[in-house]
Amino acid sequence: MNPTSAVGMTARLGSADGTEAAIAALALAAPSSLLPGTMVAAGLADGYVEVDAPVGPIYLAFNPTGVSAVSRAGDQLAFERWFAAEIGRPLHRVRSLPPRLGAAIARRLAGDRSGGLRVDLRGRSDFERAVLEKALEIPRGEVRPYGWIAAEIGRPRAVRAVGTALGHNPIPLLIPCHRVVRSDGTIGEYSLGGPAAKRVILEAEGVDLRELEALARDGTRFIGSDATAVFCLPTCRHARRIHARHRVAFGTLSETERAGYRPCRVCRPASAAAA
Amino acid sequence: MDPLNERLAANLERTFEDLVRGHQDRLYSLAARYLGNTADAEDVTQEAFVRAYRAMASYPPARIHDLDLRPWLTTILLNVARNRARPDRARTTTMDALATLRADPAEAPEAATDRREAAERWAALVASLPAIYRAPVLLRHLDGCSYGEMAGILGRAEGTLKAQVHRGVELLRAAFEADDRRPPPAMPVASPLLEEVMP
Repeated sequence: MNPTSAVGMTARLGSADGTEAAIAALALAAPSSLLPGTMVAAGLADGYVEVDAPVGPIYLAFNPTGVSAVSRAGDQLAFERWFAAEIGRPLHRVRSLPPRLGAAIARRLAGDRSGGLRVDLRGRSDFERAVLEKALEIPRGEVRPYGWIAAEIGRPRAVRAVGTALGHNPIPLLIPCHRVVRSDGTIGEYSLGGPAAKRVILEAEGVDLRELEALARDGTRFIGSDATAVFCLPTCRHARRIHARHRVAFGTLSETERAGYRPCRVCRPASAAAA
Repeated sequence: MDPLNERLAANLERTFEDLVRGHQDRLYSLAARYLGNTADAEDVTQEAFVRAYRAMASYPPARIHDLDLRPWLTTILLNVARNRARPDRARTTTMDALATLRADPAEAPEAATDRREAAERWAALVASLPAIYRAPVLLRHLDGCSYGEMAGILGRAEGTLKAQVHRGVELLRAAFEADDRRPPPAMPVASPLLEEVMP
């Protein structure tokens, strides 16, 4: 209360006009977050936020369809330029992720693939979409060769094109293209910071890269169990459970056939032989 | 009709942002003062715009062309705000709201503080006004609607609305005065103006 307040004074003097003027003076300016939030909620623009990831801060864009982009662009401006060139839709920075989407992303990054995380791959070719959706199936802590993806999507000879499609993955980390490696045991390229970042992420996810590379040097591409006569890719969770005294190494698919082993139904190792 | 209508009818996706820019301050002000808090006001205003967008996206261009946007958007906003208004939510005007009060650059800092204090009290009184008076008073004196527009927005007769606005303003004035008569926490230094007014 202040007796020199003009509004308060007129009202005190019993004027209805003063009250009306006081109501008119209650106008506010909309917060600057309202317009971006509205455009994103209406589906007319993608929203984006900065989030912390194992490789450092990343930018994450989304829209009502799902997550639309993940990038390690150096700063906000660089990310907006990249998005304009790569995706082309209007983009607004927003205060926070929609709560459900945020929870789904957190679950996915923690290795839970039970669903709930939607991705927006509009504008990608059918082939690229097939490659990226297949990559989504690779569990945390495991890797698959490029040829495995090619065979699994019914294009066993398109190994190089699979590599290109993964290299243009607009949603790295969440679509785990880092879990796709070369069949010769080298881990291959990575769009979100090169091979070094790929190593960091795979090791953080529990992949023993040294062992993987040692197996590749020995020419081992499959691991079988003489107790079950089933063979797997080396990082398959079933391969890792095989006791040392039952482990059998194979270099080619025909060796497994000759030995009478059947392929694991989870990692489908025969697909990897396409490479 | 407004050229904005023409542009919305011709290209809704491209023009919608201009519609938001043109109406966000007044709709946000209405929502904040109707609900009595700014956190919900932003959500409510955003939801009202999204509903408006979805409705227009389903309309043929001729219908968008003929929309009277101002009262139409206001009607949507009040519907969303009424659904949001829960009796268990405290009607408080946050400091945040005070910070965004439109500032007059020519105003002296002390005057601005006084104005904010008065606005805070008025905002609390408006938010506690019975809903039947609150919407008409805000539409008339905050948003500057005609009684004809208000009749369309609220679905009440113009004569009824005039009486409700009058009554609402009277209640607010009386409440402000009653509030003023309460002993202040610390008596400010008497000014010459104060001595003239108070015997």
